[in-house]
Amino acid sequence: MIVRILGEGQFRVDDEATAELNQLDAVLEAAVEHNDEAAFSSALTNLLAQVRAHGSPLPPDILEESELILPHEDSSMDEVRKLLTDEGLIPG
Amino acid sequence: MLMKGTAARMGVMKRVSLVFKAKANKALDKMEDPRETLDYSYQRQLELLTKVRRGVADVATSRKRVELQMNQLQQQANKLQDQARKALSMGREDLAREALTRKSSAQSQLDDLQTQYAQLQAEEEKLTVASQRLQAKVDAFRTRKETIKATYTAAEAQTRINEAFSGISEEMGDVGMAIQRAEDKTAQMQARAGAIDELMASGALDDVGGRRDDIQSELDIMSANSDVERELAMLKGELTTGAPKQLEGGAQNGASQGAQANQAPQQSPQEQGPYAPQYAPPQQNQQGQLNQQAPQNQAQQQAQPAGLPVSDLPGLQDEPQDGDRS
Repeated sequence: MIVRILGEGQFRVDDEATAELNQLDAVLEAAVEHNDEAAFSSALTNLLAQVRAHGSPLPPDILEESELILPHEDSSMDEVRKLLTDEGLIPG
Repeated sequence: MLMKGTAARMGVMKRVSLVFKAKANKALDKMEDPRETLDYSYQRQLELLTKVRRGVADVATSRKRVELQMNQLQQQANKLQDQARKALSMGREDLAREALTRKSSAQSQLDDLQTQYAQLQAEEEKLTVASQRLQAKVDAFRTRKETIKATYTAAEAQTRINEAFSGISEEMGDVGMAIQRAEDKTAQMQARAGAIDELMASGALDDVGGRRDDIQSELDIMSANSDVERELAMLKGELTTGAPKQLEGGAQNGASQGAQANQAPQQSPQEQGPYAPQYAPPQQNQQGQLNQQAPQNQAQQQAQPAGLPVSDLPGLQDEPQDGDRS
């Protein structure tokens, strides 16, 4: 499975890691829903760390779509919210 | 995959990727001849490459501006520090206090700029990497584009075109966001740099000169500043124990410069003052305005130690306040 971290690049991640990623992702989503900035920040950090730990960077000349896309490391909750609801954040 | 009730709970990761996909599909749908898509997309990619490279250059320009300001502020802080020492040795504690107050203000601007500088550096690095990644993907796309055009009929090509297009489109979205973020950070930085330019132009960080009223009023406002009090105490202590330090510096001069020691015997001790190690003294000499007064200052400072033999100030050494230094 290919996962992209915005601003960082794509990773090939073992499918076995999916369950764990989904779990962390659920925490992240709940934090956004509950407007909990502190929980959001740590959930995002954890999630990205897991992707990096379980994944290997995809060579940059590979043209493949990512199955999952993760926000920037230093994203604010507001930015993520816009990313989810508004295409305006992605230029072009 | 994870559905609960009516709300589709698919997680942040999936939702973001869907937003990206929707964007790519929308662009694809606009194309009538799939093979035209390839050329059109390739043009867009080249444009984006140019844009991201320009972004790198813009951030670098901004970073250099901050660097220049940091050097100016550092020079100013160093000079105010020297002036405070000089003022105190002449018994002008009020002037010394004012100089330290201004130095403290310059220093806090400097600290702030250093944080900003690091952020700009990080942004520049990210954009550089992003542009390299995009370049690799654009190259891959060009190769695949030629293959598709040569090998497949328009109908057959559709699936392959979609694949190539989706792959590059996601990267382009990512890079586009990176450029936007860098632009935002640069804009913030420029606003800040502009504010500091204004502050410097206002004279708030100027060296203490003949504007007596200005000095006095600022002195009154800032007299409660504990930083200033602490530094004053340190400088006082330095004065009482000043002789050994100068010998130390003089010895280094003698060892390293030999016969030249007579020409500028006091420069080295100045630079080795208690505040110098916090920030390396800037080595630029392009600030004509700042340097104009330097020879004068040095000449005065050279004269001071001779006019202040420690033996003439026995009271200072026995002062009970000296205990406060710790």
